Amino acid sequence: MADALLALESLRFDAGGRTLIDSVSARILAGRRTVILGPNGAGKSVLMRLMHGLIEPTAGRVAWADCTTPVQAMVFQRPVMLRRSVLDNLIYALSLAGVTHVERTTRALDVLHRVGLAHLASRPARVLSGGEQQRVALARAWVLRPQVLFLDEPTASLDPGSSAEVERLIGVIAAEGCSIVMVTHNLGQARRLADDILFVADGRITEHTPVADFFAAPRSAQAEHYIRGELSWT
Amino acid sequence: MSTLTESFATAGALVIQADPQLLGIVALSLKVSLTAVFLASCLGLPIGAAVAVGRFPGRRSLTVILNGLMGLPPVVVGLLVYLLLSRAGPLGAMGLLFTPTAMVIAQVVLITPIIAALSRQIVADAWREYEEQLRSLGASTPRAAFTLLLDTRFSLSTAVLAGLGRAVAEVGAVMIVGGNIDGVTRVMTTTIALETSKGDLPLALALGFILISIVLILNALAHAVREWAVRRYG
Repeated sequence: MADALLALESLRFDAGGRTLIDSVSARILAGRRTVILGPNGAGKSVLMRLMHGLIEPTAGRVAWADCTTPVQAMVFQRPVMLRRSVLDNLIYALSLAGVTHVERTTRALDVLHRVGLAHLASRPARVLSGGEQQRVALARAWVLRPQVLFLDEPTASLDPGSSAEVERLIGVIAAEGCSIVMVTHNLGQARRLADDILFVADGRITEHTPVADFFAAPRSAQAEHYIRGELSWT
Repeated sequence: MSTLTESFATAGALVIQADPQLLGIVALSLKVSLTAVFLASCLGLPIGAAVAVGRFPGRRSLTVILNGLMGLPPVVVGLLVYLLLSRAGPLGAMGLLFTPTAMVIAQVVLITPIIAALSRQIVADAWREYEEQLRSLGASTPRAAFTLLLDTRFSLSTAVLAGLGRAVAEVGAVMIVGGNIDGVTRVMTTTIALETSKGDLPLALALGFILISIVLILNALAHAVREWAVRRYG
């Protein structure tokens, strides 16, 4: 049994008079790739933002293992590039992370090489294509050497080629021991990338199982429904 | 119509001869207004960004007040600064009344709200796009505000230019605190007002055309820079 990375303890989140996340408890395992699945509006993105600390839970808590918040990063569905060069986007992230001046450029260039974007280093980031921007966003997350990487539908607005490249990079980052938590709507992607599936419906976790079990024999009616509904479209 | 043609001829003649008196008036106008714009930008841009990004009580009211102050009547600002700087006023001992410095002060009061209100809008729009990404990277609120100011720099030039347009074109405030003293505090707008009341319409109109030309040229330059920047940086 792998060590827990973080534990969600009776997490609740209310907004606008509605309960979006309701009494969610779960243990996310370290060094694994956890994919959050669920229908639209189920609370997947909200759950991820609670884990990442972008929003505060109304009740309950997110407890990290060893009581220390690990180095974490998040890649969003739409990459937000700063109006500066690709290299400077990475350097900016490193400066916020408190990395020393001398180390920033070497680390940034090194990661750009590894994601195959070194030739774009001096290009203004905002004029790149969507696929390139998302890879820069991944590089900007990876350069922080995160212990956990959160990804919110990172390939939702990309073409198949760019999606495949982003998936490959996620695999490489995971192989280095970084825990991955990802939201997706793409069941094929979930199958390819996930170790564990966390199924969310109506603000609750109905299922948290290894990926093979999830697709072979979903335990909850909602999950079964979801898989069948999605597959009928693919 | 003859007045208009005559004034064109006069304007052309004055410019071609580089009439020293005219040059002095134009130079003082630009010196006062550019100084005021520089100081108002130093104040207004951070204020705008802070109100856009900061979370403090009274932020909403401050936004309304800033927007309202955009329409400050120049004569009223002139009167208030006059009372402040006059011999009996709180800052009377400094002897600033009827000097270019007094004119700069009045214009700073007049245009700081304009630059602050417009930059607040621009930064707030950008913040909606950037907020999660910057907070995910761990940016503090002041750091985020600074980053946004830097990232929206080309749009902010519009706000600064609006301030400059207002400063260089207003007559009420500089007339009251400057006194329109020949060779000391006489600027384009006050000269136009004076020459018109004396009946010297050609000179007044000539100055008017120069004033409009300056404003148009500055706007055209700024527009060109923005166009170039958008192509270059996205």
